Amino acid sequence: MIKAILIDDEPLARSIIKEYLQGFPEIEVMDECNNGFEGVKAIQQHQPDLLFLDVQMPKINGFEMLELLEYTPAVIFTTAFDEYAIKAFETHAIDYLLKPFSKERFSKAVQKWLNSRTQNTSAVQAQSLSDTNINHADEQHRIVVKNGSNIKIIPVQEVSYIEAYDDYVKIFTKDAHHLKKKTMNYFEKVLSASDFLRVHRSYIVQLSQITRIEPFEKNNHIALLKSGAKIPLSRSGYLKLKEVLGI
Amino acid sequence: MLRNYISFRKAVAGYLGWWLFWIFVQTLVLHRLGLSWQIALTDAAISNFLLALVGIATENTYRFYNPGAGNRIQRLLYAITLSFAYIYALQFVLAKVFEQNLNYLQFLDNSLPLRYMIALLMIALMTVTSWLFYFMKEQYDNTQRKEEAEKLVREAELSALRLQLQPHFLFNSLNSISALAGSKPEEARKMIQQLSDFLRGTLKKDEQQLVQLADELTHLQLYLEIEKVRFGHRLATQINCDETALTKLLPSLLLQPLVENAIKFGLYDTIENITIGITAKVDGTNLHIQISNPFDASTSRPKTGLGFGLTSVQRRLQLIYARQDLLQLEQKENTFTATLIIPQLA
Repeated sequence: MIKAILIDDEPLARSIIKEYLQGFPEIEVMDECNNGFEGVKAIQQHQPDLLFLDVQMPKINGFEMLELLEYTPAVIFTTAFDEYAIKAFETHAIDYLLKPFSKERFSKAVQKWLNSRTQNTSAVQAQSLSDTNINHADEQHRIVVKNGSNIKIIPVQEVSYIEAYDDYVKIFTKDAHHLKKKTMNYFEKVLSASDFLRVHRSYIVQLSQITRIEPFEKNNHIALLKSGAKIPLSRSGYLKLKEVLGI
Repeated sequence: MLRNYISFRKAVAGYLGWWLFWIFVQTLVLHRLGLSWQIALTDAAISNFLLALVGIATENTYRFYNPGAGNRIQRLLYAITLSFAYIYALQFVLAKVFEQNLNYLQFLDNSLPLRYMIALLMIALMTVTSWLFYFMKEQYDNTQRKEEAEKLVREAELSALRLQLQPHFLFNSLNSISALAGSKPEEARKMIQQLSDFLRGTLKKDEQQLVQLADELTHLQLYLEIEKVRFGHRLATQINCDETALTKLLPSLLLQPLVENAIKFGLYDTIENITIGITAKVDGTNLHIQISNPFDASTSRPKTGLGFGLTSVQRRLQLIYARQDLLQLEQKENTFTATLIIPQLA
């Protein structure tokens, strides 16, 4: 038995997938979700093998939802937007179906996955899903994080600084911090270069949060933030910071 | 930049040539009147050099201040005054140069009225030329600006057309129809009908045309029906329209982009069911239409300006009514409201 979950905010879009899936009796639809929030919950609960995922959905989009998953099933994107295709394949999606799609096209996508599955290659494919859009230079306006079952959307201007934390990063806001399984390099890339600066191997700060720069021990400097946090600056970080602040 | 530079050099060369020509003519004339070549040349050079200076001053004056087409008297007074100033300067300089030559001084004195007349003609000519040049330049700049503005309007119209085609709306609707075709063929047929009517309505309407609110609402209803099929129970609408408002006029296809924006904003910014509110009433000589949708103030993306839909609506209103304040947007708590004010022209 293969477990699948459908995530799309349009009920009819889900019903056509269900209809097409009747041709695959070995695939059972465990749940249908209206949005990414429901999706995250359902995926934790059912541990599906396969996702049919829309991109544009309320609050968080399909890509952002994938980032929140601890394990990632195989994904077939279904969307009317062809501009996400490249990004979808960068996440190693199995296929990308453009609405409206025919039964033949749909079956081909599912069959392709079923075949690769028997050859046991899909596990590798799915692994890299969480590293979505690392190659995407487009700036992010918000970061989606999850604390337990609580999903939170943080606008980037509320981020005070980001600290490396083993395989994770800690994202500090005014009054809280959140863990996210991403790399410092990823955030250095996607955060606006005019607002954020990597001042240390383990720290990225939002420039507008800096209130003071002070010498620290000999030859070293630290930055004081509005929140009161003290961020160590590496030598090159200090030079970069001096340059962008024009001092 | 380069072109300006070249034409500036050409202009300077032409100007120099012009004055060298007059120096040559004046030298010949003065020699004929009995002055020696040397004196004639000096006199001509000084006279024309001073006139050239006056010319440069005139050109500069008109570059920065153009009195406009009607102001002939001012131009004439300008020329007369400058001619006097020129004659005094000329007399002063020539008298200094030929201090010892009494014959020449006598000749200078006698010839002053004639010199004055020539100077007046020259200066008047330069005044008119400068004025004409800058007047034409201004006209040309105006035409350029107008063409620029018209080009912008055309581009906006093209984008608006492209927007009307709404590919995502179309593809998602077709996907819904595809789903219905299997399970509920009757409803699929109905949705095809609505979609066709909506698209036909969008295509045939002229953007400049004024239509009655009742017609616009009928068109909008088609759009809303389709969106409701797509989004199911998540989307509800509440339309409150005063009887008197129904016959009022507004530019066609103005409401749909606003409602589309409200639906997009409302549906993608919350996960709850939403209600889009549309109210219309008459206020004095204006038609007031409000479109409201819920949104989540805490997670909404920072707004970097109006979406394209709203911008094009605002632009159209500005083109038709020449006013900037006819579309007002307001975010209050968790409701976003767009208010349209449509003046009713008598």
